Amino acid sequence: MELFTNQVLAGIATGAIYACMALAVVMIYQAIDHLNFAQGEMAMFSTFVSWQLLQWGLPYWAAFLLTLAFSFAGGIAIERILFKPLAKAPILTQVAGFIALFSIINSCAGLIWDFTIKQYPTPFGSAPFLGSQLISTHQAGMIGITVLLLIGLYVFFQYTRVGLAMRAAASVPESARLVGINTSWMIALGWGMAAAIGSIAGMLIAPVVFLEPNMMGGVLIYGFAAAVLGGLTSPFGAVVGGFLVGIFENLAGTYIPGVGNELKLPIALALIITVLVVKPAGLFGRHIVKRV
Amino acid sequence: MTALLNVKDLRAYYGQVQALHSLSFSLNEGSLTTLLGANGAGKTTTLRAICNMVRTTGTIEFDGRPLTSRSTENIVSLGIAHVPQGRGTFTTLTVEENLQLGAYTRNDKATIASDIERMYAYFPKLKERHTQQAGTLSGGEQQMLAVARALMLRPRLMLLDEPSFGLAPLIVRDLFKILGQINREEKVSLLVVEQNAQLALELADQAYVIETGRIVMAGGAKEISNDENVRKSYLGY
Repeated sequence: MELFTNQVLAGIATGAIYACMALAVVMIYQAIDHLNFAQGEMAMFSTFVSWQLLQWGLPYWAAFLLTLAFSFAGGIAIERILFKPLAKAPILTQVAGFIALFSIINSCAGLIWDFTIKQYPTPFGSAPFLGSQLISTHQAGMIGITVLLLIGLYVFFQYTRVGLAMRAAASVPESARLVGINTSWMIALGWGMAAAIGSIAGMLIAPVVFLEPNMMGGVLIYGFAAAVLGGLTSPFGAVVGGFLVGIFENLAGTYIPGVGNELKLPIALALIITVLVVKPAGLFGRHIVKRV
Repeated sequence: MTALLNVKDLRAYYGQVQALHSLSFSLNEGSLTTLLGANGAGKTTTLRAICNMVRTTGTIEFDGRPLTSRSTENIVSLGIAHVPQGRGTFTTLTVEENLQLGAYTRNDKATIASDIERMYAYFPKLKERHTQQAGTLSGGEQQMLAVARALMLRPRLMLLDEPSFGLAPLIVRDLFKILGQINREEKVSLLVVEQNAQLALELADQAYVIETGRIVMAGGAKEISNDENVRKSYLGY
């Protein structure tokens, strides 16, 4: 029983990271209707930036906040420079854009910081959380930050003018322009926020998977699985999906013979396919009904 | 009276296809003008051209200021509210959020709140449903919401694209009564595009008839509705 509780809690902790990645994916999906394949690499690059700041001697939380600001600005810059000109291009062109972005960021990170694996600190320590052997303080911190992030986003989207404008722009872009909303900047803002959210995921998972340019590959697949499971149109669903995928991954690795660590990733992919076949809108997503 | 809206030699294009051919007309401050014509005549395109949502040449002036070089968002902030064809409801947002968005370009929080109450007085159905997702409203209620959303801008000019479309005759009567009231009481100038010519002419004081992208008839609404030739050849009743 203790093994089970332990695995579920550990699953919730890694699920928190998947939830952040899924949130980032959903933010951009809402804005431009496409999955950002480079989301993980953007997060990885941000994490390297924070590592560099730490190397230069900044305290952890200062580096954390500066990295958020850098990622936010970087996300906006990527949208303005690369994806705004592609906005009306066919879908394959956009996919090519995402893949190009993926390899450019990956190579740049390798060039600047090389491909050796680096240690990354945790601000929470790794002692047992509240004296319990079930979960470490870092895992508890990951969950705590994700929950705070979710509350912050909820307040932003529900109670601020810009949040409402972003929802309006995602809902009916043309009507949004007709009430005076600059929809193009709302998309850029979505990119900025997605990049910042992704960087949180990167900085929280780096102490676990270690820092290197390919660190986010697997995490992004889980993030996609979480987003698809929760429904690509629902930020809340993305977070629930993240936690569920985390738990599912851990339990499958523990209890299904032969899965172990090697087969965990294919399980995420199988989950994506299953959801798409059985319930394409996900758990909390809306069915898009269009009159023709 | 001075012209609030002045359109000269307006041509509009969808890709290679020209939809408007040298259209010119004007609209006086405080007037209720209707733009009539058959399907495909270019009525919707004219409204879209005013808000710069289609490629155009020619000049459009609002209160002496040229519009053609401005973005849609910017034109809205000058005080032109556009109720698009199909109502443009933010279906996933609540009724109240739809109204708040109508006032997006305004900064006066207190008057926005009192304006929302004023809209609920015009349209009591909207108050009943203010926390409901707007997509769940009936067609008539969504049209009311679209008009209310446009009024939240406190516009000087309101463009309405086929407000009667898909509504039951009784609801259309109500809606047009309110439009007349808005025009008189709130001093909002209205440009109404309609296929229901009879109804629109009863409401309007000025009318233009448009055919294949050209103005073919202009004048007072009364004269046009009394002219049997015009009625038979262009308005079909």
